[in-house]
Formats: sequence, C-alpha cells, structure tokens
Amino acid sequence: MTDKQPVKDFATDWDHTDPQWVDDPYPIWEDLRGRCPVAHTERFNGGWFPATHEMVSAIANDTEHFTSRMVVVVNEKHPPDELPAPIGGAPPITSDPPFHQIARRLLLPAFAPGPVNALEPQIRALCSRLLDAVADKESLDGASDYAQFIPPGVIARMLGFPEQDEDLFREFVHLVLDLVDLPTEEREPLFEPMTAYFDAQIEDHRLNPRDDVTSYLLNAEINGEKLAIEHIRGTMVLILVAGIDTTWSAIGSSIWHLATHPDDLARLVNEPELMPLAVEEFLRFYAPVTMARLVNDDLDFYGAAMKKDDWILLGFPAANRDPAAFKDADKFVIDRLENRHLAFGLGIHRCAGSNLARLELRVAIEEFIKRYPRFELSGQDVTWAQGQVRGPRSIPLRVVA
Amino acid sequence: MKVVIDAERCQGHGRCFSLAPGIFEFDDLGNGVVIGDGTLTDETIELARLAQSNCPEHAISIEESA
Repeated sequence: MTDKQPVKDFATDWDHTDPQWVDDPYPIWEDLRGRCPVAHTERFNGGWFPATHEMVSAIANDTEHFTSRMVVVVNEKHPPDELPAPIGGAPPITSDPPFHQIARRLLLPAFAPGPVNALEPQIRALCSRLLDAVADKESLDGASDYAQFIPPGVIARMLGFPEQDEDLFREFVHLVLDLVDLPTEEREPLFEPMTAYFDAQIEDHRLNPRDDVTSYLLNAEINGEKLAIEHIRGTMVLILVAGIDTTWSAIGSSIWHLATHPDDLARLVNEPELMPLAVEEFLRFYAPVTMARLVNDDLDFYGAAMKKDDWILLGFPAANRDPAAFKDADKFVIDRLENRHLAFGLGIHRCAGSNLARLELRVAIEEFIKRYPRFELSGQDVTWAQGQVRGPRSIPLRVVA
Repeated sequence: MKVVIDAERCQGHGRCFSLAPGIFEFDDLGNGVVIGDGTLTDETIELARLAQSNCPEHAISIEESA
C-alpha cells in the first residue's frame, strides 16, 4: 500500500502507520516525552504529536485553537468550505462549538446509561453464542472468533440495521480508518457504497419506523426542523466507525493481556468484584483510540511553531502512560484505585458511546473468563491494527485444562 | 461533609455513578448527578473519594464544611 521510508527519528518525522509504531508504540512515546516533547512530521502534509498528558489535555480542552473538522489523519486536508458547514462530516465528533453542543445533546440520550444498560442481556447472549460456536475447537482466536463480532452485532441492533450486514460494516470501518494512505482521488470514490447503504437504511426506516437510533435521528429536530440528510448520514458513519473497531480493539487487548498475564487472569477469575476497576485499567493501559485535530491558526504551543491546518495527532493512549499523571504509569495494576484515564477522551468530545463500550468490554470479558478460566497464547503471531485505533486483529489462544 | 459535582466540568464519563452508585446517579444525557444533598457519612466518604480520584475532568469536590 505504501512505499514510504521507515522512520529513523520519531521526534522529527513521526508516522503512526510506521511498522515500529504499529508494533509497539509505547517506548516511542516514552522517548518523545523525555526529549521533545511535541514531535513533528512533514508527512501527511505536516503535523504534531504531543506526548504528555498535560499537552493532550490542553488541546482536548481548547476548541478555539484546535478544530475537530477532521479527526482522522490522512494525506490531504479538506478546506473548511468543502464540508457541509456547520455539521462536519460525522457530527458531533467532527463539529466545533456552537453546533457541536446541539448535535451532541441530541445524540446523548440514546447512549445514556439507561437505554444502554438495557442491552446487557442481549450482549451477554451474543457473547455466549459466539463462545458456543467455537466450543469444540482446541484452539480459538480471541480476536477473529470472538471480539470482532461483538460490537458489530450491538451496533447493528442499536441502529436497526440487519445483523447479517456485519461484514459490510467492517468494510466501511476499514475504509475510514485504515486506508488513510491512499491519495484522495482514489479514496473518495470508495465511500460511495457506504453512502448508498446508509441511504437505503434511511429510506427503509422512513417507511417502517421502529424503536432504534435511526428512527430516533429521523424524528429528531433542531429548532423545529428535521435533521439534514448529511447530518443523519454523518452520525451513522460516526456510530459505525467509532462503535466497532474501538470496542473490538479494547476487548481484544484485554483478552491478549489476560492470555499473557496468568496472575491477572487468576485474580479476575477468583475476585470478580475487581471487574469495575480492572475494566478501567484495561481502558487506561490499552486505550485504543487516538484522535486528531487541525490547528485553526498559527500558534506557539509549548515552543512548537504550529501553522494553520497542521495536524495534531491527539494521543490519549500516550497521555494514559505519562508518569507525570499516573503512578507506575507503565505498569498494569488490575486494582488501580486512582485512575483518571483518557481512554474516552477529555472535554466536550468525550466519547458519546463510552457507556456502551464499557458495558460491552465488561460483559465480553466476564463471559470469556467464565467459559475459559485459564488460557494462553498458542503462537506469537499477534498482529496489531495500523492507524488511530490500536488493537490485536488476531490472538491465537490455547485453552488450558 | 458534602460531595458536589461541577456541572460545567462534567462531561459524562460516568465514572462516579459506576463506582459509587449509592452517591451518584445520571441524568438523561448521562451526566453525573449527586443523589440528594450530597451529605456524606463515615460509610460513604471513602466511596465519594474513590469517585473523586477517578473523574477525568476533576469535576467532583468534597466540601469539608458542615
């Protein structure tokens, strides 16, 4: 896909798609925190990577100097007038104030703990079904047999899309998150089938309204007017893309951790009351999601001379490993009591689906260790996703008797 | 002692009502809300402190007075 040069120095030439970063970014971030601390790159037409908790927090909370117009780093930046202002491509994640708050308030009730917690029995049943399907196998893959099927099933149910379309959802996600190196003219046409799919679902819901998020969006109003079709479609992109790879990655990383840390696995099996703290530590230590911002205007930020439209790669996972913010930041502490992690971001763009993600993660792990109290890696060929969502795409496991 | 949530700072991470459901609940948007007037007892003070030390937005404070 790419003929890019390997990175020699991440401080002056960072690239989050470089194999070294994809394989193990944590030593890179630690190194950058010690000597930069804002790393720069000329790749992707110019950008910055702040590596400390303090800087990540400052940017997340500063919507005046940093816009969310684009949140996935690609090679070319859209000028602001190419997007259907003020909505942005996938509201509210791509929206700035003041429209952001309107779009967000509209979406939040659907993802509040009330409606989300009602899904728990269905999520548990889904996990159980997936485990039944591989029950007779001596080895299984924690990612491709299990984790990857959980969020698509849940999101399909929430949006009221056919569950058998899960493979399509994964294609859409891949398109948005993984194919970031393609030139724009090759990348843009690839979005057409996704748009057509959403339009067909919207039409179906117009004709047959039902109790799901799609019908909710179709009925919703802003200032007495129905939402623009771009708004509905954009929010669907957001829910699919932000709701699938992210949670799949968090579940996969957690299973990988337990497969490689038998002491933690044994504690969690024997002390199920630890689960709420353990879930947050999984989220801190293996936070899957890195966001992006664009610089609004030329700006001096911690000594870095940022230019208008430079990228900011907003590394919540790096912030979560900053020893200035977390005691023993580089250690996984399954019963960590003080844990203000940023896995779901910070500030006005806090992940709208965090209640759902946390529920899926907890239930997926509970069901897995209930079925398999002891398991370990059966091979070393664990592959990690490239890009702004990090998680294992394959976790070969052997069940231990 | 009383526990208070700064509604301006709260972004709905949901850590408080997950960790200390007896002290906090959530509103329609999923933001944290203190149950009742937030008065803490010897039994609830530690849970309130736990919630405070897990709020990513530093939105929870514990007031020592009365």
